[in-house]
Amino acid sequence: MRPFTRLDAPVAPLPLANIDTDQIIPKQFLKTVDRAGLAKGLFYDLRFDGEGKAKPDFVLNRPEYKGAGVLVCGDNFGCGSSREHAPWALLDFGISCVISTSFADIFYNNCFQNGLLPVVLKAHEVQALMEEAKGGNHLVSVDLEAQTVVSPSGQTFAFEIDPTRKHKMLNGLDAIGETLQAAKSIDVYEMKRAIAHPWLEGA
Amino acid sequence: MPFRPLASYMPPMTGKTLYDKIWDAHVVAEADGGEAILYIDLHLIHEVTTPQAFAGLRAANRPVRRPDRTLAVADHNVPTEGQALGVGAVADEEARLQLQTLERNVKDAGIEFFPMGDIRNGIVHVVGPEQGRTQPGMTIVCGDSHTSTHGAFGALAQGIGTSEVEHVLATQTLRQSKSKNLRVTIDGTAPAGVTAKDLALAVIGEIGTAGGTGYVIEYAGEAVRALSMEGRMTLCNLTIEAGARAGLVAPDQTTFDYMRGRPATPKGGGWEMALSYWKTLFSDADAVFDREVRLDAAALTPVVTWGTSPEDVVGVDGRVPDPASFASPGKRASAERALEYMGLVAGQPITSAKIDRVFIGSCTNSRIEDLRAAAKVVQKALDAGRRVAPHVRAMVVPGSGLVRHQAEEEGLDDIFTAAGFDWREPGCSMCLGMNPDRLAPGERCASTSNRNFEGRQGRGGRTHLMSPEMAAAAAIAGHIADVREFL
Repeated sequence: MRPFTRLDAPVAPLPLANIDTDQIIPKQFLKTVDRAGLAKGLFYDLRFDGEGKAKPDFVLNRPEYKGAGVLVCGDNFGCGSSREHAPWALLDFGISCVISTSFADIFYNNCFQNGLLPVVLKAHEVQALMEEAKGGNHLVSVDLEAQTVVSPSGQTFAFEIDPTRKHKMLNGLDAIGETLQAAKSIDVYEMKRAIAHPWLEGA
Repeated sequence: MPFRPLASYMPPMTGKTLYDKIWDAHVVAEADGGEAILYIDLHLIHEVTTPQAFAGLRAANRPVRRPDRTLAVADHNVPTEGQALGVGAVADEEARLQLQTLERNVKDAGIEFFPMGDIRNGIVHVVGPEQGRTQPGMTIVCGDSHTSTHGAFGALAQGIGTSEVEHVLATQTLRQSKSKNLRVTIDGTAPAGVTAKDLALAVIGEIGTAGGTGYVIEYAGEAVRALSMEGRMTLCNLTIEAGARAGLVAPDQTTFDYMRGRPATPKGGGWEMALSYWKTLFSDADAVFDREVRLDAAALTPVVTWGTSPEDVVGVDGRVPDPASFASPGKRASAERALEYMGLVAGQPITSAKIDRVFIGSCTNSRIEDLRAAAKVVQKALDAGRRVAPHVRAMVVPGSGLVRHQAEEEGLDDIFTAAGFDWREPGCSMCLGMNPDRLAPGERCASTSNRNFEGRQGRGGRTHLMSPEMAAAAAIAGHIADVREFL
């Protein structure tokens, strides 16, 4: 997994609540056996019209937000389907941080498997950032080590994050490799379970 | 991060919720930060969210740890006709490749697989319980958010992403921090026409689509106890639409009666042993929940959704709300956008919404009881000389080959087809429109599925969620209709 330490990038505002993973990446892009190349499907119905032409007023199509690396969004971002294609598409597009007041559980968890940082700020902070992002200067700085977001005008917002998740994100750790270090505990668990719940092992 | 093995396998059970009990029984080791390695009893897989996981395993040269604890089906992509022709005949090239990739992966790993066309195949959340693979007290995962369905059996069942699918394949465990406990108690008796779907939508309407975020929900109360297993599955299925990853109903005699004799349930002495364990799976009287919500089933009416979020619910005798009536500016903006997308006007009676399509199916409502309930409404209409309204295209997609077979044994297919419904082969179908079944732009659909998101059933498609009975009534009436007038 790619590590996330610090990001200085333009922020794009997407002031909608309940942006679900069907909107982040619609179904027709899930018929792939690869992780790569999903940027083309990101926010497809918001970015493109029925003929596949870019909608000029959608935020990520506007020239001033070209190269956006951060999104600031409404409440409950990432609700709905568990599709990990959602964080894959965001990352493939170049977005490696999403800021909101809240995230749906599965999406939030999927982000941490891929080095996409979901940042939870208070409602008034998200609102302030949203307003600034609409202005002329959109450069924000997200620092995971310091747990801060610095807005274009220099306001600093602190955020909370689980220390275990932070550690893994900063170092880009492979969860499977780490869990396999506890393989002996898994063996022991399975042996004890075979005695306590033998019907689960076909007895 | 070092993990500590646990000193005792099963800590004493006092003052615990059902979730606490299942969690504690599955912790393999825990780290100081609160994250645990949680053992997984059953891993359900399908074609869409697994190819990248198997590719990851191959790249790292890692085997599947417990192929015998894994079950594969083909459901999301499959066409709902011509399945007997096999995967090679699937017209959509990308879908075909994904189905073939699954076939190859499960063969290499030695995982049991019900391929497309096998009578046991169907929607993963219909197949697991039907086969008896889903059992009380288990931890169950699947790369699909509606895995919450299996909580109906008192199993801790949750949707995971593809990286976690890979993690479970490699280790048979999941790394997770514990959620909080939320109990939703539904008292009273549901009136005629009010189904498990209505209870679930009412709960979501009450707490909102993010109301359950960070929680595992346990459903309790008289109205929940009165539900069949099919009803409990519908209720738990929609838990994810309330933001909670898992929903639970404590197992009881209804559960045990459903399970007895299914292919994968324990037999003989194993059954007795399992049963005595399953009977310990309930929340203790002195267990403390972090949050409690109460609803009265007797006060409910059949409900439908008017907007583009499952929390946008209204009683069938109600009207489309005015966006100005919402307190928060965010919700007002969402409601305005939803009305525009849905082509509805504030204040219009919801029954005045004319429909083009009807979809009876999905992991929410495609089980035999759902089909019986819908067929009953349709039979009454037939008796009165009515059929599906001429401008409506209606389809029924059974949840599995076995459900389809059972329905045909009971003659339900004849009732549906006599009334003008299209009787299809099993799969996820138009719930998410990954296969050829989808809405055209602007089409309005009465749907028994689980998500009314923009574009979910097809770009520009307009979805109204409701129960199978309500969807059947809508098909006959040609507009959203109150099923109570059909009973």
